[in-house]
Amino acid sequence: MDFDAIWMIWLRDLIRHFRDKIRLLGSITRPVLWLLIMGTGLRAAFNVHGISYTHFIFPGIIAMNLIFAAMISTISIIWDREFGFLREILVAPIPRSSIVLGKALSGSTVAFIEGLFVLAFAPFIKINIPLANLFLFLPLMFLIAFVCTSLGIVIAARMTSFEGFGVISNFVIMPMFFLSGAMFPIDNLPHWINFIIRLNPLTYGVDLLRWNTLGIKTFALYIDFLFLIIFSFIMLGIGVLEFNKRS
Amino acid sequence: MNEIAISVKNLSKHFGPVRAVDGISFEIKKAELFGFLGPNGAGKTTTINILCTLLIPTCGEAMVNGFNVVTNPTEVRKSIGIIFQDPSLDERLTAYENLNFHGMIYHLPSKIRKTRIEEVLNMVGLHPKKDYIVRTFSGGMKRRLEIARGLMHSPKILFLDEPTIGLDPQTRQYIWDYILNLAQRERITVFLTTHYMDEAEICHRVGIIDHGKIVDLDTPGVLKNKYNVASLNEVFLQVTGRDIREEGSDEKERLGQFLRARKKLR
Repeated sequence: MDFDAIWMIWLRDLIRHFRDKIRLLGSITRPVLWLLIMGTGLRAAFNVHGISYTHFIFPGIIAMNLIFAAMISTISIIWDREFGFLREILVAPIPRSSIVLGKALSGSTVAFIEGLFVLAFAPFIKINIPLANLFLFLPLMFLIAFVCTSLGIVIAARMTSFEGFGVISNFVIMPMFFLSGAMFPIDNLPHWINFIIRLNPLTYGVDLLRWNTLGIKTFALYIDFLFLIIFSFIMLGIGVLEFNKRS
Repeated sequence: MNEIAISVKNLSKHFGPVRAVDGISFEIKKAELFGFLGPNGAGKTTTINILCTLLIPTCGEAMVNGFNVVTNPTEVRKSIGIIFQDPSLDERLTAYENLNFHGMIYHLPSKIRKTRIEEVLNMVGLHPKKDYIVRTFSGGMKRRLEIARGLMHSPKILFLDEPTIGLDPQTRQYIWDYILNLAQRERITVFLTTHYMDEAEICHRVGIIDHGKIVDLDTPGVLKNKYNVASLNEVFLQVTGRDIREEGSDEKERLGQFLRARKKLR
């Protein structure tokens, strides 16, 4: 592990992120739209587990902001390749694993912060999260962000163009979000959908967030954690292999 | 004192049917200033990319500072500095940040990092601009910053891939003085590619590559005698002919086309 390199990659990505004001705007408007429009619009139609729909989707909207921000953050890999900066990193005497870990941590940090924006809406929709729960909630958010970023890294490392990434990420982000239980409960669903949902890491992330905020849960705690941790390990491993490849 | 800095044996790199580098061999001594000349698309940059561990050769062997570029890339990376032909700065960062991050990944302690940054910024005359975002720089300023960055960590072997392209004569002169001075003082080996024959004249030895093969390699004086001409420029034209070469469109050009196409759509 090369901490200088991890620190450098993390710091650089964060500096770049916060210089880009437009991106911040997107990360605030997205959850507002979903919470207000979907939450208010569908509240009359749904009543899940005796909980109002706005409350039910709240953890899901946090997960949405996490996955969007995490995946988008990994575009920086394609960006660096196109504009040459990746070569500066690749000829430096730093292990590839540190490059990947630095990217994973910077993406998770950015996504975590965007998750916080949504969390700030909690009082407005009258969700009370006890302070004690919040201590666990924040690390959970970071874990989910980390899992999503590691997946994004694997996709971005194989992409050579921005268009390609746009297409792939739409094929990945939207289904992952919709098939994660973020928008509807996953207990009475046809078998084939259930199967996909159980392969989706975001399902377990949403499950953890909802358990922490609303006390509802579908899977056992250890299953949630195991799936998320193993999944991110596999993704980071593939990411390191991709970065180690030289043509 | 005849240590070998770079040794290349039978090195080849094929991209599909194209033999970008085709069985080249040469040795460069420590502290030597070696010029690698050739028309566009002759295989210069491919050779540099192999030597700096970005590409794996199809066959043959390359040792840099005594380390094999394929089996021991990390040690090679520790030994080298490189100024790429294409830009490789982070344009969203300031000049200072670019240099500081470079120092970090080359593990310069923060005190040394600070003094080195001051030194190289003064060398390229960018000290007053150090807190400006690189995107606002002119092409020449970016080039100077890139050169400053490559020299910052005092590498043992320095690769310069057309380093002074787009610079005015004053800056070229100034940067060359600095590089030569540094190379002599710290016994740095310099591997240079260039199209400027006056820069090639100051090299200890030059190798001329064409179509992936080395066509001649010797000191500028010997080469001029051999072809019985007055300048390296004439040597170059005699050896490689007078046809203008095509270079395949590279990544950057394709990106440019893509961005232009997108603008039209809007």
